Amino acid sequence: MAETKLQETATEAMIASLDMPQGGWAQAAREDALARVRTMGLPQRRDEYWKFTRPDTLTQAEALPAAILDHGDAPLFDDTERLRIVFVDGVFDAEASDDLSLEGVKIERLAAANTDLHWARDLYGALEKNGQTPVARPLAALNTAFATDGVLIHVTGKPSKPINLVYHHKSETSDAMLHHVVKLDTGAEVTLLENGPAAARFNTVMEVEVADTARFHHVRAQGRDHERRAATHLFTRLGTESLFKSFTVTVNGAMTRNECVIELTGDDASAHVAGACVGDGDFHHDDTVFITHDAVNCESRQVYKKVLRNGATGVFQGKILVKEGAQKTDGYQISQSLLLDGDSQFLAKPELEIYADDVACSHGSTSGAIDEEALFYLRARGVSHAEATDLLTLAFLAEAVEEIEAEGLREEINGRLSSWLERRSS
Amino acid sequence: MLSIKNLHVKLEEEDKQILKGVDLEVEAGKVHAIMGPNGSGKSTLSYVLSGKDGYEVTDGSATLEGNDLLDLEPEERAAAGLFLAFQYPVEIPGVGNMTFLRTAVNAQRKARGEEEMSAADFLKVIRAKAKDLKIDADMLKRPVNMGFSGGEKKRNEILQMAMLEPKMCILDETDSGLDVDAMKLVAEGVNALRTEGRGFLVITHYQRLLDHIKPDVVHIMSDGRIIKTGGPELALEVENNGYADILAEVV
Repeated sequence: MAETKLQETATEAMIASLDMPQGGWAQAAREDALARVRTMGLPQRRDEYWKFTRPDTLTQAEALPAAILDHGDAPLFDDTERLRIVFVDGVFDAEASDDLSLEGVKIERLAAANTDLHWARDLYGALEKNGQTPVARPLAALNTAFATDGVLIHVTGKPSKPINLVYHHKSETSDAMLHHVVKLDTGAEVTLLENGPAAARFNTVMEVEVADTARFHHVRAQGRDHERRAATHLFTRLGTESLFKSFTVTVNGAMTRNECVIELTGDDASAHVAGACVGDGDFHHDDTVFITHDAVNCESRQVYKKVLRNGATGVFQGKILVKEGAQKTDGYQISQSLLLDGDSQFLAKPELEIYADDVACSHGSTSGAIDEEALFYLRARGVSHAEATDLLTLAFLAEAVEEIEAEGLREEINGRLSSWLERRSS
Repeated sequence: MLSIKNLHVKLEEEDKQILKGVDLEVEAGKVHAIMGPNGSGKSTLSYVLSGKDGYEVTDGSATLEGNDLLDLEPEERAAAGLFLAFQYPVEIPGVGNMTFLRTAVNAQRKARGEEEMSAADFLKVIRAKAKDLKIDADMLKRPVNMGFSGGEKKRNEILQMAMLEPKMCILDETDSGLDVDAMKLVAEGVNALRTEGRGFLVITHYQRLLDHIKPDVVHIMSDGRIIKTGGPELALEVENNGYADILAEVV
């Protein structure tokens, strides 16, 4: 068929434009991933999983350039004592990074980890590969094959401060691919922060293995450069009584596709994912979540909020799959959009697929305009139209931001959101 | 202070005239009450004065200390000193009551070119005023009017009024949904704000609120007009005989 041929050509063009890092323990996984990419082909418009998001700009061999936004903000998470690992356009910056040694955790760079019997060998590409069924995620496999760098984090205890991956964007034409692997041992706990625009185009995969009773906290702020594009994948597998919490805030960006693939494999585990995004104009933001319950008495929670205006588009595809025997599952999913004008749109596809008979799953999806009564009430008290709109917008996002467990981080994100909104309206 | 002349208002959506020539003058330091049957246009008057969407002024004027109210945005009217205590205070999930009040106080100060109130000063003032109105710390922390009882919502309106210190207060059926004790509390809050420089327009169906907030002048409104004006005794007349007699008398 002509379309298959086209897809093959596009996939081969992308592969031809990339160089696979050679040698070392990851080589086999990379070759394996490349074979998967060739079998699946890169996403195309007619793929059901890409129905609401055009993959073109993410799959074309050459990334579109993206202007760099100089917003003059102080670095995010500056109020938090943390270990910084800095990448500039996807290239590790040793000068700007902190010393990677920290008690309770071992941190290495993917590009520098050469020992043949590395712990990450069994994980690199493994959770990604596992996440390819039942839905193909070719961009993640492409990343496993070609990622140039990333961090390998082995958490053995409870490090005293969060690890912060900082992504600077300095070249207007950068096309970066990073792959991170995080392994938490039994009872370990860590907070991982990510922030920054990263590159003109950014493809990132993070694989997180959470052992029994371990706890993983993740807070991410995607950079505000208007034209940047990103495809991110977060794969995780959860052991018994473990916890996984991930929150992402996105403001601006021409194209963002955040996929999150969670598998609850141990009993009594909890997974919470949340996202808050604010989009204006030429903005397309897609949250795609797939949660598999494959153990007893697990809980999962998805809270996604999108504020859209001036023709911005928001997408949510969220699925909860409850396998046979995954009794006492408690699954919750909510996706809501606040449309600030008639030009913006929100496309949602919530899905439940349940093969156990003793479960509680709920999902809801709404789109709404700003509450005119509330707006008038605020204005009648002297609050300007713009400030009242911001206040109601923040209130709308609050439920998602509340999902961040650490109060300091929550306040930092809220403060940032409020200052961004303020500046936008002035 | 508040000067309304020949005010004509119709609904924007439909061609329906609600106010048909309202004339009203509220002086500083005075409490005026407007009474009238359902549908006479009392609430419309309060909404039009505060700048709610959906109404079209077809004739007449409304000024506050010489400022043309009808030409101002709702927030500008508030900054000019106008306050409306809502008949149905709006619930706003996600916005803390305290944040709301501080934003409002500082927005008005900013609009008037005054310095913003510091967080510490604000806290001190609001605690004292909340205590007078028996509003506890928990109510201040909760989202605006969320989970408040009818009485709590009305007390919260009065608290806002006390914090914003407006020149002209309009109370739209503040007594509705209140039991006797709550009404007393609200009335005390209002009375505490009665000063020489401040005017009040109290809109109510019933005379009972006026037992607690003693008016200087009482107006009867019917079919979009003020049809009769008198002293406090006019309210008692309504209480005893209903509106029918007065309406008949005027016609």
